[in-house]
Amino acid sequence: MSGFAFDPCEKCEQMMQPYLDRVLTEEERAEAEEHLDGCSYCRKRYRFEEDFRQFVRLAVSEPMSPELKAKLRDLRTPL
Amino acid sequence: MSETTPDSSPRQLAADARDRVRFEEEALALSDQVYAVARRLAGSREEAEDLVQETYARAFRAWRSFEPGTNLRAWLFRILTNLNIDRGRKIQRSPDTQPLEENDYFLYNRLEETTGDGNSGERQVVERLSQNDAVTALADLPHDFRDVVLLVDLADFTYSDAAQILDIPIGTVMSRLHRGRRILKRSLAETAVEES
Repeated sequence: MSGFAFDPCEKCEQMMQPYLDRVLTEEERAEAEEHLDGCSYCRKRYRFEEDFRQFVRLAVSEPMSPELKAKLRDLRTPL
Repeated sequence: MSETTPDSSPRQLAADARDRVRFEEEALALSDQVYAVARRLAGSREEAEDLVQETYARAFRAWRSFEPGTNLRAWLFRILTNLNIDRGRKIQRSPDTQPLEENDYFLYNRLEETTGDGNSGERQVVERLSQNDAVTALADLPHDFRDVVLLVDLADFTYSDAAQILDIPIGTVMSRLHRGRRILKRSLAETAVEES
């Protein structure tokens, strides 16, 4: 071990967005998961982040009106 | 081998019509996703509806420039985001340059602090956020950041698709996404604190 001091939770926090976006390398992913397995502090925050993303997605989603759907179909080229 | 340039033989015309119908149907099947993003790009439902109609009108006119086998969804969203820029959204404040020293656990920590109960489940924590605040916070994001957040977090595009759609480098997608998400969290944290 090097004597380099670092906070593993801080590192885990930095990996959260790329982890959830699935853009970490295999190695980094394994490293994050190893830390998460043993750290409920980070685990809670990762779960929250997943819920948060889902919340935002649902909160800002608004269905399209059937009228607009019909108008779009009318834009098709007549056969 | 003969080229597939349009000729007027009846067989060619029929094949052309079939391709066109298939293209239009495939594009229409994506309209819910196009609308979902358009709604958050535009300030009102009416504007969003106009934007989606223009997107489809342009897509149907330009269908020959779509290369079959490539990503139709990304192609459509490129039309949508370009139209949105043309629409004159240039009237925007300059990009947010405030320092954002908060880290990624910031919103959770803030929500947990404001209720004082360190043992609450994550689900309860997220339920403290209001839907309207999320809509407002997203609407208030500077446009460049919002475009990226919408494409990645709402429409599920990869960084590289978002980069192609917006015609910006992938590194710019990553930094805008990162910053956009943080700004969003900061404003939600502020409203959550005010409301608690």
